[in-house]
Amino acid sequence: MNNPQLDRDGNLKHLLSIEGLPKRILNQILDTAESFVGVAEREVKKVPLLRGKTVCNLFFENSTRTRTTFEIAAKRLSADVISLNVSTSSQSKGETILDTVDNLIAMHADMFVVRHAQSGAAHLIAKHVPPHIHVVNAGDGRHSHPTQGLLDVFTIRRYKPDLHNLRIAIVGDVLHSRVARSEIHALTTLGVPEIRVIAPKTLLPTQVEKLGVHVFHDMEEGLKDVDVIMMLRLQNERMSGAMLPSSQEYFKTYGLTQEKLKLAKPDAIVMHPGPMNRGVEIDSNVADGKQSVILPQVTYGIAIRMAVMALLAGGLPAQQQSAGGSPATPGGDA
Amino acid sequence: MIKNHSNLPSAQLPNAEDLLKVLAQKLEPLLQKNTALVGIHSGGVWLMQRLLSILETTVSKHAIEYGTLDVSFYRDDYAQRGLKVENRPSQIPFDVENKHIILIDDVFYTGRTTRAAMNELFDYGRPASITLVALVNRGGRELPIAPQIVAANLPLDTTQHLQLTKLADGSLALELTQHNSARTQEHE
Repeated sequence: MNNPQLDRDGNLKHLLSIEGLPKRILNQILDTAESFVGVAEREVKKVPLLRGKTVCNLFFENSTRTRTTFEIAAKRLSADVISLNVSTSSQSKGETILDTVDNLIAMHADMFVVRHAQSGAAHLIAKHVPPHIHVVNAGDGRHSHPTQGLLDVFTIRRYKPDLHNLRIAIVGDVLHSRVARSEIHALTTLGVPEIRVIAPKTLLPTQVEKLGVHVFHDMEEGLKDVDVIMMLRLQNERMSGAMLPSSQEYFKTYGLTQEKLKLAKPDAIVMHPGPMNRGVEIDSNVADGKQSVILPQVTYGIAIRMAVMALLAGGLPAQQQSAGGSPATPGGDA
Repeated sequence: MIKNHSNLPSAQLPNAEDLLKVLAQKLEPLLQKNTALVGIHSGGVWLMQRLLSILETTVSKHAIEYGTLDVSFYRDDYAQRGLKVENRPSQIPFDVENKHIILIDDVFYTGRTTRAAMNELFDYGRPASITLVALVNRGGRELPIAPQIVAANLPLDTTQHLQLTKLADGSLALELTQHNSARTQEHE
């Protein structure tokens, strides 16, 4: 099997991108997350699944929200968590990524959550680690951010359970967004019939139609009768060279305001992966309005990350199941 | 008594619907104002639903509080077997604190499911008491845990697998299957 994310029995081994995940696995993650939503509402917000395991958050690029939700998720599974901001430590002293990883494995880390500005960083680590160690991609360059994609799909499913009947619009900087790609893949796999992207030509990847989406350059047209509006962040820090006249200009044309929201179905939900640029891609009235599900997205992000880690860490490591596995590396649990 | 390695024909299995009535009778004196029923997925939940409909017409004039548990996140074999493909959210819509909980499972075997269920219950609060109720005790416990109330004792071999099923008409039935190897590590 070529897919590095699945083991030989077709179970999830690493989560690197949504591309290549079968519908069965996507649904398994979403259904498991459903069970974890309730855990946060209890007296004791913890389950003992990852007791005795060590989860290592390796953040080569800053992201407070993603790191925090992964940390909370791991802790609610009873794991021990170490969060490393690598940009400020060994890397600046010249250590390579894989050396950093090897050192952490020597400290008996069981799972890595990896964030890196370069596409493919999580793949590189997944290929490198021994079979009992699992890797979760928490965002790599422009490539992929699978847990964000999954939590968005989960949020949609919670508010609009009938995915086969939805019209979804993704608005904004699709070109620089790793989330958009992950989402389009997940939504298509799960059978959403109509996905639209709405953006200026300069913020769309070439041949975006090939992902199976309908392209609009005009909000008035694109938002008509949609059930879900997913706003993307204008990625200022990734934007080298001015592709837009100004952020005020952008807001005028592509910012989501109450008036534009009225074009969508009256019960449409508004989503945003955060952090928001208020007054650039979204108006404060809308972000804080009745149709906004931006904060529930954050809450569901924890349940999704718990589900992913719980599915990864369970079961014997592949090498123990196969005959003649190396005795030098013991399995995850003694 | 069943001898080792014998395959019990289903005709000889006790009728689950009869056992259900026995169980309901035995439960009646236990019900107080502060009692809540909790069923363990899947068989225990079916059982609980049927018990509720019987008990609410006979003893209790007011509605009995109830909830459901899926103990997937508390099982002791997670490291070996991972999560089941299907797990359902546990739902305990009442305050567990100081409640007399009647915990309901279909078949009592090793006691490991009960251990997991009790651990989960305590994460919701501190109950005043927990009483374990099972339709059948099939013997083979591996922990110092036993049901206080059962409708039948049916000692089985470790290669035999007894489970409750729900038929198309909603009635319950016991089903016995034979396995090639013992399944002692498994929750029953």
